[in-house]
Amino acid sequence: MKGPPSKAFFVGYFILVLLFGAGFTWAMGAGRFLPVLGQGVVVTVEITLAGACLALFMAFLAALTRLYAPWPLRWLATGYIEIFRGTSALVQLFWLYFVLPQFGIELSAMTVAILGLGLHVGAYGAEIVRGTVAAVPKAQWEAATALNLGGLRTVRRIIMPQALTAMIPPWGNLMIELLKLTSLVSLITLADLTFRAQQLNLATFRTTEIFTLVLLCYLALSLLMTLGIRLIADHLHARYGRPS
Amino acid sequence: MNDIFNFAFAIQILPLLAKAAVITVEMTLAGFLLALPTGLLLVSLRLYAPRPIGLGATALIEFLRGTPLLAQLFFMFFVFPLWGIRLPVTAIGILALGFHYGAYYSEVYRGGIESVGRGQWEACQALNLGPLRGFFRIILPQAIVPIVPAMGNYLIALFKETPILSAIGVAELMQTAKVIGSDTFQYTEPITLTGVFFLVMSLISAAGVRWLERRVKGVHR
Repeated sequence: MKGPPSKAFFVGYFILVLLFGAGFTWAMGAGRFLPVLGQGVVVTVEITLAGACLALFMAFLAALTRLYAPWPLRWLATGYIEIFRGTSALVQLFWLYFVLPQFGIELSAMTVAILGLGLHVGAYGAEIVRGTVAAVPKAQWEAATALNLGGLRTVRRIIMPQALTAMIPPWGNLMIELLKLTSLVSLITLADLTFRAQQLNLATFRTTEIFTLVLLCYLALSLLMTLGIRLIADHLHARYGRPS
Repeated sequence: MNDIFNFAFAIQILPLLAKAAVITVEMTLAGFLLALPTGLLLVSLRLYAPRPIGLGATALIEFLRGTPLLAQLFFMFFVFPLWGIRLPVTAIGILALGFHYGAYYSEVYRGGIESVGRGQWEACQALNLGPLRGFFRIILPQAIVPIVPAMGNYLIALFKETPILSAIGVAELMQTAKVIGSDTFQYTEPITLTGVFFLVMSLISAAGVRWLERRVKGVHR
């Protein structure tokens, strides 16, 4: 199979995962685990969505600051990007969770999860934004200047639409990374999908069923996200054209 | 005692952390060495095996890339012993890292292989090299050079994911920092030093990857 898998592949794979999951649950009599795992899925999705919002905000803020702001702010943005990209997500979560309270700042596990993952992924996102904005040809800026469009309007109407279409596929990959990173919050006692699995495992010892179902849940979620991102990318490409 | 950052305590725990850092680096390298052939196997199946096997390999790659390393790690840690596979935690850690990143590396290889012109395959046929020799002697060497920087980037990513192994008790850096923290109730120094170690190592290796990128561009010009 050449090239990345098609949309049809992901649709088929998603349906297959659902069917296999249903059959597996029925055959193993694991139906009673589903409500608890479902609660975990809700928390996982919540953190993913909230983290994604924070990451998007931080990415644009840091990237545009690094590109266009005066030097003290630029250094600040660069420092943020390098520190959060250079250390592990888990180390950052532990730092926020265990070290911040020693400075008198106590955050709930949920806040730490969203803050930590959002800042971590936002730093990676900032490099995507910076790369795609910088990749817009210089002539576009010159044309905008010639038309007397002004800085903000040029960024908003000329540069961003072109950068956005190029940004979608790497952002898609990053959002899947975020979904997978949310599993780390189980290590700071947040009751996400992975945490629920361990809880159920300790209570019932139905180890194989529980951990298989958990992997299937994550797989279904990430296939769904991949499909959603493909649809958004197709929509944007139909509207603004493919990135060169 | 300095209540923000206790330097005396930091120096006192430094030897312990240094020993754990060695384990972190060892796990990284072992995972990388497993990921390279795993990725090659996966991409060969995906590109060259009959269609059903190719689809299966693609599905396996998407599974490994679409589920969290931590969930895969827990699966191996809790479920494998029930199947009669008893492994030490370091082996489980290396296997999980190797398979997870093997899937990423298969995508990196694919990019490299697809960038080699069709004419190269045709030339192999014309010279009667046979598919295996053609792949290993002609296609792969050309595919590897342009993807070396991408491989370096994923090596850094793998390195930064090793703290996850602390969840099953591998005595790497994060685990050691956590143990020191819970023994002494001083988390600031061990966790901050762990962060600093990762930051310094990744900045150095990122500079290395940028150097590789320049070298590779030089080769292709």
